[in-house]
Amino acid sequence: MNDQTMTPEERAANLKGMGCARKRVEDVRFTQGKGNYVDDIKLDGMLFGAFVRSPYAHARVVSVNKDAALAVPGVVAVLTAEDLAPLGLHWMPTLAGDKQMVLADGKVLFQGQEVAYVVAENRYIAADAAELVDVEYEELPVLTDPFEALKSDVVLREDLAGQTEGAHGPRKHHNHIFTWEQGDKDATEAVLGEADVVAEEMVYYHRTHPCPLETCGCVASMDKVTGKLTLYGTFQAPHAIRTVVSLISGLAEHNIRVISPDIGGGFGNKVGAYAGYVCSVVASIVTGQPVKWVENRMENLMSTAFARDYWMRGKIAATKAGKITGLWCHTTADHGGFDACADPTKFPAGFMNICTGSYDIPVAYLAVDGVYTNKAPGGVAYRCSFRVTEAAYFIERMIEVLAIKLNMDAAELRRINFIKAEQFPYQSALGWEYDSGDYHTAWDKALKAVDYEGLRAEQAQRIEDFKAGKTRKLLGIGLTHFTEIVGAGPVKNCDILGLGMFDSCEIRIHPTGSAIARLGTISQGQGHATTFAQIIASEIGLPADDITLEEGDTDTAPYGLGTYGSRSTPVAGAATAMAARKIRPKAQMIAAYLLEVHDNDVEWDVDRFAVKGAPERFKTMKEIAFAAYNQAIPGLEPGLEAVSYYDPPNMTYPFGAYICVMEIDVDTGEWEVRQFYALDDCGTRINPMIIEGQVHGGVTEALAIAMGQEIAYDEMGNVKTGTLMDFFIPTAWETPNYTTDHTVTPSPHHPIGAKGVGESPNVGGVPAFSNAVHDAFRPFGLVQSHMPHDHWRIWKIANGLGMHG
Amino acid sequence: MSKMHVKLTVNGKQVEGLAEPRTLLIHFLREDLKITGPHIGCETSHCGACTVDIDGKSVKSCTTFVAQVNEADITTVEGLTNDDGSLGVLQEMFREHHGLQCGFCTPGMITRAHRLLQENPNPTEEDIRFGMAGNLCRCTGYQNIVKAISASADMLKAQKEAAE
Repeated sequence: MNDQTMTPEERAANLKGMGCARKRVEDVRFTQGKGNYVDDIKLDGMLFGAFVRSPYAHARVVSVNKDAALAVPGVVAVLTAEDLAPLGLHWMPTLAGDKQMVLADGKVLFQGQEVAYVVAENRYIAADAAELVDVEYEELPVLTDPFEALKSDVVLREDLAGQTEGAHGPRKHHNHIFTWEQGDKDATEAVLGEADVVAEEMVYYHRTHPCPLETCGCVASMDKVTGKLTLYGTFQAPHAIRTVVSLISGLAEHNIRVISPDIGGGFGNKVGAYAGYVCSVVASIVTGQPVKWVENRMENLMSTAFARDYWMRGKIAATKAGKITGLWCHTTADHGGFDACADPTKFPAGFMNICTGSYDIPVAYLAVDGVYTNKAPGGVAYRCSFRVTEAAYFIERMIEVLAIKLNMDAAELRRINFIKAEQFPYQSALGWEYDSGDYHTAWDKALKAVDYEGLRAEQAQRIEDFKAGKTRKLLGIGLTHFTEIVGAGPVKNCDILGLGMFDSCEIRIHPTGSAIARLGTISQGQGHATTFAQIIASEIGLPADDITLEEGDTDTAPYGLGTYGSRSTPVAGAATAMAARKIRPKAQMIAAYLLEVHDNDVEWDVDRFAVKGAPERFKTMKEIAFAAYNQAIPGLEPGLEAVSYYDPPNMTYPFGAYICVMEIDVDTGEWEVRQFYALDDCGTRINPMIIEGQVHGGVTEALAIAMGQEIAYDEMGNVKTGTLMDFFIPTAWETPNYTTDHTVTPSPHHPIGAKGVGESPNVGGVPAFSNAVHDAFRPFGLVQSHMPHDHWRIWKIANGLGMHG
Repeated sequence: MSKMHVKLTVNGKQVEGLAEPRTLLIHFLREDLKITGPHIGCETSHCGACTVDIDGKSVKSCTTFVAQVNEADITTVEGLTNDDGSLGVLQEMFREHHGLQCGFCTPGMITRAHRLLQENPNPTEEDIRFGMAGNLCRCTGYQNIVKAISASADMLKAQKEAAE
């Protein structure tokens, strides 16, 4: 077959464009151990940095004696806040408008806080010397409970003493950070006052951690001859890191090159700027040698980027028939010692105001109070768009609590309250415009797929059997219909540190018809090199296999805000399609010139422009590409390339219906997921294989969070879950198989209709697992029990309900 | 600190070097031999990213001193590529079944799976899930890893039968 004889469908299939389950191009390297992660980087003369960290959660640093450490052969330097202060680098700005100590400046505010930074010839010497830095502490009272912190006389942030105005408005107490209000308080409270039924509950979403398998790290390399700093690191937002480094170090931005090499998972952990980066840069500038810093697992869990820790008090009002009339939520948000949450500037509680979920709720009110405590800073979106998982968990628990109050089936309660397909675009009571959705279709498909009625009948029988003493196992059916908000975001309301949250793609077509595309994002396992090439393939008719994708090098890639919040496909994916579409008109002119017809007399046909009405006369994109470089075409510049900076007009709103069937042993608290059905609607599907993989992984992270994973502190502020022995990550043994399904409701405003999917399974998965636990115990009187539902806590539920005889 | 002389066979090649008695095998492989396939994920033996094969056993090299394995025969993921440079069966099946995403756990996963299939050439899904439980993955949810290993078992059996 050749170009003449293949059907358009065959030609399209050859491109491996959108919709193709294309195998990943990344995998040839990764499966052979040929990835290039930050700890694989080895530069001549490279030194290693290691931190001295505080064993106390709250203490004054009386003195730091580094003599013994400096005496160790091979130690090059020991940095403290005193050394950084003349450079103004002992504190750094956070993404949330607060500031954070790089190295302890007089006191420490959480266990594991960075106190000194040792630089040595290798990692063994650095670790030895870190042990020898003698720090004298004076312990201070510890606050680990945010409610307590708001009442306590203990001042955590003495540097903010007397400041009644924070980055997000007034501060009500010395440990208070901000109050963020959305919606109509008076109208909501009026509805609550008059409602037939009001269900009220405190829903706690516990503190956890993204814990990618690769920890955070960097290699800073200052070239004193050229004055150029190269900073390799595990950065989910390399361009933003370059700008931040420039702003805080005073180095000109063009003299900084940030490179994110392969990243071993991010899940939000690698969005922020950490003390390790700043200290490594300073150490490299001071020593003139490259300096590597890679945190170990305990440091990772203790100090960089916790997630969640939201206490969400909710009230939901409804008619007797179950029509929801209003939603009220007050959240107490534990931000730890510094407000280092990674949210768009105008959203100090992220997109928590998506908490009306999939439901048509006429009036709602949300208030969030941020609080300082003696815990690690962070507050990142762990596999979710800014606080969306908290919002989804909150509303999906409140629906269940309301169903109990109404004595209704929770599936039916959801159905009668869903936003209807014809209501889109839908304006939510808390200020969002949902782009598209068809929730009823997805819900019905999901219920049918799992035989929901059959499951309820089985559950009823199980309860009978349990009461009759025939079994000690309960059956829980966990329902969830979630709506996400991803793809941050429109520059008019989304920025981080003043940087608009657009993204970018540059495409250059080479003379022989292959291409390179560079994006402002950075893959951490999502397979960008595979999927973005598919978008280009479909848009400009060159085979995906002939397109190289490059990300993460700020010297070569166009500026973009990076990869988190499921924003790569909604924003950079859109930029990719738009850049390709900028190339098409020029290609059309070249084709018309070569075919000796008017520009308007040719039309696009999969991989070519053909003369209208004479499809046998055509020029393929490959031929057009060559002509772009070797023909003197009147009125046209040579070359074939384009760049697009895409500012999305709206967020995208992926949604899904998840159902979990769980067996629970009342006597041991052990659980087993018998079935998990995940229906996702992420709009247009670019690569079904990759989507399915994202869902498997995201649901597994949700399983971890809901069923055991937490960052727990004791009352002294000691981290109790600082290793993978204590911090639950499911193995292949306890992870179930998942059934994936989909509907397709394209986004009307995205160039290819795609919405993003990486985080949906975590957002939907957590309530599905948690609701399954609650559902199992619902007939025995359980209304609300906090996650994580580990065996011990499940046993406690059963025990508390008097089920142990 | 005084150094000792170590001699190893790594991926079929004789290598030697000097190491402190406390040098961990993972650091010797990665930093001295520049074999960076095995990764460091936890330093406590929990995650398995550092898994290598030592004298026919899966071992977590982040908690093994290189001094402990002097004279040993070690295989890392780099050694599982075919001689002609093409992907080995497990490597190919991981790619085919989308058994990896960020790729950080993959070298340990594949190296462990290699040994698992030597120990048990006909594993059930349960055998695979149990046999791989010492290797953590944060991206895939394991479903496709199990599929990839199962498909590798089938392919290796078919290859063996064809050879006999």
